[in-house]
Amino acid sequence: MSAPAPSQVAARGFTHRRRRGAELILLVMSLVVSIGSYAAVGLGVEEEIPADIVGYGLWLAGLVLVCHVVIRRTAPYADPVLLPIVSALNGLGLAMIYRLDLARDTALAARQLGWMTVGVVLFVLVLILLVDHRRLQAFTYTSGLAAIVLLLLPLVPGIGNEIRGARIWISVAGFSFQPGEIAKVLLVIAFAGYLVLHRDALALAGRRIVFVDLPRGRDLGPILVMWLISLGILVFQRDLGSSLLFFGLFLVMLYIATERPGWLVVGGAMFAAGGLMAYQFVGHVRPRVDLWLDPFGGPDLNQMVQSLLGMAWGGLVGRGWGLGSPTLTPISESDFIVSAIGEELGLTGVMAIIVMYALLVERGLRAALVCRDAFGKLVASGLAVVLSLQVFVIIGGVTGLIPLTGLTTPFLSYGGSSLVANWVIIALLLRISDQARRPLPVFDNDDADATQVVSLR
Amino acid sequence: MNKPIRRMAVACMALFLALLLNVTYLQYFRADELNARADNRRAQDAAFSRERGAILIGGRSIAESVPSDGRFEFQRTYSQAQRYAPLTGYFSYTFGRSNVEQTQNDILSGSDPRLFVNRVIDLIGNQAPAGGSVSLTINPRAQAAAWDGIRALGENTKGAVVALEPSTGRILAMVTNPSYDPNRLASHDLSEVNDAWQQLNNNPDRPLSNRAAQEVYQPGSTFKLVTAAAALENGYEPDSRVQGGFELELPQTTNTLPNDGGGNCGGDSITLTQALQVSCNVSFGALGLELGADEIAEQAERFGFGERPFADLSAVATSRFPTGESNTDGPLIAYASIGQQSVQASPLQIAMVAAGIANGGTVMTPYLVDEVTSPDLQVLDKTEPTPLRSEAVSSQTARALTRMMVATVDSGTGTPAQIPGVEVAGKTGTAQRGVGNDASPLAWFVSFAPADDPQVAVAVMIEDAGVARTDIAGGRLAAPIARAVMEAVIR
Repeated sequence: MSAPAPSQVAARGFTHRRRRGAELILLVMSLVVSIGSYAAVGLGVEEEIPADIVGYGLWLAGLVLVCHVVIRRTAPYADPVLLPIVSALNGLGLAMIYRLDLARDTALAARQLGWMTVGVVLFVLVLILLVDHRRLQAFTYTSGLAAIVLLLLPLVPGIGNEIRGARIWISVAGFSFQPGEIAKVLLVIAFAGYLVLHRDALALAGRRIVFVDLPRGRDLGPILVMWLISLGILVFQRDLGSSLLFFGLFLVMLYIATERPGWLVVGGAMFAAGGLMAYQFVGHVRPRVDLWLDPFGGPDLNQMVQSLLGMAWGGLVGRGWGLGSPTLTPISESDFIVSAIGEELGLTGVMAIIVMYALLVERGLRAALVCRDAFGKLVASGLAVVLSLQVFVIIGGVTGLIPLTGLTTPFLSYGGSSLVANWVIIALLLRISDQARRPLPVFDNDDADATQVVSLR
Repeated sequence: MNKPIRRMAVACMALFLALLLNVTYLQYFRADELNARADNRRAQDAAFSRERGAILIGGRSIAESVPSDGRFEFQRTYSQAQRYAPLTGYFSYTFGRSNVEQTQNDILSGSDPRLFVNRVIDLIGNQAPAGGSVSLTINPRAQAAAWDGIRALGENTKGAVVALEPSTGRILAMVTNPSYDPNRLASHDLSEVNDAWQQLNNNPDRPLSNRAAQEVYQPGSTFKLVTAAAALENGYEPDSRVQGGFELELPQTTNTLPNDGGGNCGGDSITLTQALQVSCNVSFGALGLELGADEIAEQAERFGFGERPFADLSAVATSRFPTGESNTDGPLIAYASIGQQSVQASPLQIAMVAAGIANGGTVMTPYLVDEVTSPDLQVLDKTEPTPLRSEAVSSQTARALTRMMVATVDSGTGTPAQIPGVEVAGKTGTAQRGVGNDASPLAWFVSFAPADDPQVAVAVMIEDAGVARTDIAGGRLAAPIARAVMEAVIR
């Protein structure tokens, strides 16, 4: 930490540094990992460095450097670790998708790079257009409505699309999109806006039962609505993962807004009841649980078994890029990309990835802690929590820790909607973190009563 | 709102910690178990893409991996496939491994701990790790003699031959017929492999089974060696008088035990040597009744009955002498004493009996794997001969039995095994099978030579030579094969 001028210390306590140089160094390291992995994939599979390594490398470097420059210009105080982590994760995901492309003769990596470009464009737009995150509070109900419409879209005949049993896709003009991924971001904004306004009512009234403050019955409305929406996603779209994600997100934000663990108790009980009902009555839940309890009990080697065998085959240090058999694991470019990485980069690689996610989440929560306004705190913590829940559900699922539910692995998995939405999440986190870490404007103390013009930049 | 955010930070940390612990468990602690699963295609693919070590006999390979342009990098090939199949076993992508390919898999595949240094060097030098090789104890000339002998009786003759070196337990020959071609199961064309597998498994003659070690049969009169040993250990001498005659009256039944063919053993009272020479059912049935089931069972166990003799092949059968009252009550012990009823022995076990007698009473543990070597031909391990039973019979009894067996070959049922200029000790056997003796009988012959300095003990079992029943006598069918094997070793 730098040593600010004594008078400033006295006035404001602690001042954050910009640390943009550190970000640049970390970014260069992340590019070395990304482009190095791409080269290693070529060497591993075809014993030569991919012919387009220069073009690929320049494109990737260009994208992250554009991000870096935009951050320097529009959010100079933003957290310096977020972008390099995202760059490294995205680069590793691209390398693994390219590796699977070579084995399966597909061309998903190029499309993923295209989606990454779209993600970066949106990232830049968010940072440039959204000067202050508090403006989003004005869109509380718009966001909520938009999120619900997006969630319903896959159920609309004609554009809704069912893939691998889950009806969470829409197809328009040849493009497939998972609107739920965008809805995730909108829901965080809607929840935050709503809770900022109503948190007092939700927090203050209630009755105490065995050390836990339980909320009033009449305040249960929103949680009931959210519970029903989650159940609806589970039943009608047959998407266990998203259902769990949205409900968990809502519960955590409710808890943070009201500071009342009672909401977690009520919500947890409702979730348990919903889960039990789903296990009993919703056709696709029970097999997932049974498969989790005994992956080898099935008649054939299912995706879960292949995932476990693949990760075990990777062992401590992995088989090396291109030297494992991740194609034996179904959908290893998307849901099972972590098991593909576990097979080729081993326990070491998977641990590195989990730690990167942990850093990402904790840095997001740190922005929430430092943030000065309640809305910003809620948005930042909501985004961080949704990331951590998603990572836990999918990595825990493919490694057999919890029942497997289909979710994308943020930044790693192939899939445009997920990638774009996650880039937007990072842009929002950077915006909030910039606001939070920026020094307070310097007032002219000699003339404290007068109205002053101060620079916010 | 900072307190709940801090708590959530801790909660998220806990989630990530749980993920880290779980992947550590999965990829480090559970990895070996998962990688060892038979249905793990990754492990199978790796095994087929690696240069697997050779199986050698006398320095020449009978199974080796050669580079291939097929689906995998290496193709397993077997030379003299049928002759050695019951030893090498098969190495199949779909159906796994058997016999030496299975029991020595760690060495052959290169995953054995003793090859750790080689693996590290390969890793540093960026070389594909290779497997070590396994040398078998087989004497190729004895193996050829056994194989040719059994095939000379007809291609579909069901039978087995085992030859041991009595002083060490080395397996010098082990042949079974009908055999199979493991090359067909090692093919990279998996549908062809599947067809071959179906064919082999649907074959009623069970070509995949090694009759010499993996199946048990009634040993018939060869078991009289065990009964004779029990008698000698209990005070009988070769010249002691035993009951002879046409038939033995049995307790608790009106049935009697006749001799094979219904003849007389050469008098109502004959010597023990004579009884063995003519293979007299009456004498040995009476000895069994007199000595009792426990005594004979104990003698059988001292020769190795009741335990798995060795582990160099997969699924080696255990030979059994019946125990329990329902199996040895009254007349049943008389039948058991002549190797009928529920006595079950593998040809390997019968060879061990002969080898034990030849080795002065000590039964050596049979072994097939002589030494294992690393890919750079360093000897990693050489099998040391170990006694299985240090005193199955006393050396005195062993000498007496040897003389009696020599007499059997010189002027008894075993004359076809005579080798000019070499003293041969032997015993014939014919085991009756089926209800009312209607199935074709088993022909046995067990012998060792030279009698004064035994170098080889052989057991031959012909299950079904496809000839008329009256024509079967252990001596006529099996003894010439035993003689050929002994000659191959001695000369």
